[in-house]
Amino acid sequence: MRRTTSRLMRGLAVLSVLALGATACGGSDDDSSGSKPVSADDVQAALKKGGSVTVWAWEPTLKTVAADFQKKYPKVKINLVGERSGDKHYTALSNAISAEKGVPDVAQVEYFALGQYSLTKGLTDLSSFGADKLKDQYTPGPWNAVSEGDKVWGLPMDSGPMALYYNKKIFDKYKIEVPTTWDEYVEAARKLHKADPKVYIANDAGDAGFTTSMLWQAGSRPYKVDGTTVKVDFSDAGAKKYTDTWQKLIDEKLLAPINGWTDDWYKGLGDGTIATLASGAWMPANFVTGVPNASGDWRAAPMPAWTKGDKASAENGGSSLALPALGKNKELAYAFVEYANSGAGVQSRVKEGAFPATTADLKTDAFLNTEFEYFGGQKANEIFADSAANVADDWSYLPFQQYANSIFNDTVGKAYVGSTKLIDGLKSWQDASVKYGKEQGFTVE
Amino acid sequence: MSGTSSPATSASPSPSAPASAGTAGRVPRLRRRGDQDTRRPKRSVLLTVLTGLILVYTVVPLVWLLISATKTQEGLADSSGLWFADDFALWDNIGDTFTYNDGIFGRWLLNTLMYVVLGAGGATFLAILGGYALAKFDFPGKRGVFAVVIGAVAVPGTALAVPTFLMFSKMGLTDTPWAVIVPSLISPFGLYLMWVFATEAIPVELLEAARIDGAGEARTFFRVALPLLAPGIVTVLLFTTVATWNNYFLPLIMLKDPDWYPLTLGLSAWNSQAETIGGDVIFNLVITGSLLTIVPLIAAFLLLQKYWQSGLAAGSVKE
Repeated sequence: MRRTTSRLMRGLAVLSVLALGATACGGSDDDSSGSKPVSADDVQAALKKGGSVTVWAWEPTLKTVAADFQKKYPKVKINLVGERSGDKHYTALSNAISAEKGVPDVAQVEYFALGQYSLTKGLTDLSSFGADKLKDQYTPGPWNAVSEGDKVWGLPMDSGPMALYYNKKIFDKYKIEVPTTWDEYVEAARKLHKADPKVYIANDAGDAGFTTSMLWQAGSRPYKVDGTTVKVDFSDAGAKKYTDTWQKLIDEKLLAPINGWTDDWYKGLGDGTIATLASGAWMPANFVTGVPNASGDWRAAPMPAWTKGDKASAENGGSSLALPALGKNKELAYAFVEYANSGAGVQSRVKEGAFPATTADLKTDAFLNTEFEYFGGQKANEIFADSAANVADDWSYLPFQQYANSIFNDTVGKAYVGSTKLIDGLKSWQDASVKYGKEQGFTVE
Repeated sequence: MSGTSSPATSASPSPSAPASAGTAGRVPRLRRRGDQDTRRPKRSVLLTVLTGLILVYTVVPLVWLLISATKTQEGLADSSGLWFADDFALWDNIGDTFTYNDGIFGRWLLNTLMYVVLGAGGATFLAILGGYALAKFDFPGKRGVFAVVIGAVAVPGTALAVPTFLMFSKMGLTDTPWAVIVPSLISPFGLYLMWVFATEAIPVELLEAARIDGAGEARTFFRVALPLLAPGIVTVLLFTTVATWNNYFLPLIMLKDPDWYPLTLGLSAWNSQAETIGGDVIFNLVITGSLLTIVPLIAAFLLLQKYWQSGLAAGSVKE
């Protein structure tokens, strides 16, 4: 989700990953805490007894959830710490785990980063609390992201089935059809840029999260993970489909060289410089607060297909709440996570604009009929829910995806600025990931 | 601000050669050591232009900050960066900055003040004591201390941040204000500056006179040496204040609890809300907060300018 890691932060992240790996060996002897079954009665007893739970999470709707939870269980104090997101959050979490001090009881962990913590035994297996029985509640993409065999490393908090957001005003102005396939998308990009050289179909300056989502949708499965055996391979047909198409956009300079999540980006979304955005279903909330001046201009549409009529979609972003192995008050922590991500908390979070990972909430009429004022009254949730149902569940990230993403710009990023081809960039990303994986002791095929 | 094109430049026909203009100028510089020459120094077009460019380079960001602080979030996206938007929202922005998120900005401001008073104040005090001792006392191993201090000046604080973090976490001090204050107490550069300054500013004879008169070492230090060191102290205080006020990396890795954040971290956290799913985008408050953050620093510089300048110039002229 986040971009532009400074070199310094990257170095620190690497350092803390190494430190994390080091302590994993030392800390593995007390992982009994993860396998002992905890019954619902134990949890209830703990809730009656009370205590405090420290939660590191930046999801804004959790504030309401924490308040509601404390109202329901007055003896429990939820200490919500959440000013940080992204790299800084993981740096702090890894540092705390390696120092074995100040580890939170609950931590927000994005799907792509879960593997890194679960593999180093940094997280509690929630199946001991019976979380494995919650599987049917969730859409397949997010559940696949948090589970590994019969182990459950966190409960899905939100999901990001992808959709294509487009600036209707611009498309109408130049009388261009909204693309339904990626070939039409390239065609639309050419027409738009020709009609107004200041307008680009999209911004892309190289973004690991976006690229992996696009590969996901194109049917590419570059990462295979089986315990500590991993495989990295960007040479399948899906990857070729994506690089062939995207290379055209790069070669013809049809992409705005703007990094995502910057003030430039928000400005570009508002003033028509960026005409479309393929992103997760959580984007509307960011549109409302970040691009208030373009209210009414934008609409949501299904992701363009790779072959006409194909409905395959992918996830972009999304995070879980997990219990770090060194956290305390496990019963209370689990009770809170279950409340927020599976129980009554989901409803109040949806009301505040979160996009749920629970199938039941995706199907309610109230949810599907919500009219988005920002999108000119469009019932956008129908599109998002449809996308969520069409996400393939066999995607997996690397156990060291956080590191891999941090070197994305050094490898694939070159394709956006120089003469390197996207497919060669992916190859060097693959090589660098394999090298790192071997250094970390993974069996890399 | 600075005088631009001046009539005096006509004296030197070649504006692109300021160095030669000094020697080949019509007015021989050393003809009379009167005050006339120092009052009207030679002017160079090139230097004036260069200074002007640097002036623009340094002032434009400030102007941008000031203008942007008057805009709403919408105005920021819609209008040009260097002119005002239709709506003037400075007062609203300031109000919102102090009330957003239960007024946590005020808390960050107080935190920063505390870190500056205890951290920069303590660092200055330690630098004075150390610098004075190194300048005026002989003891074995002084050369070694010199090497260590010079070496420490060369090591950037960020390089030490991770080891410091691990050390502090073993002591159980991370996520407390001490984790920011204690490392801030060490200022090798301040120590070096005080050392050099004390060597120049305090005549050994004066100290000997005080000792002969029967003053103890503590009394000599506080009554005789300290007043003489005042300009140096202000300089070191300013340096350490700016360093502590702007410190970002140390609190970043030491602190997790937003209640202990200094302004730098707090503003960065507000800024990164825009990079978060569902996060509130508040660039207008980040900008207004940044403006409010530099106001105390500007005030400190203006108030202490006199001492600071005399401190920097000290030792440059042999009397």
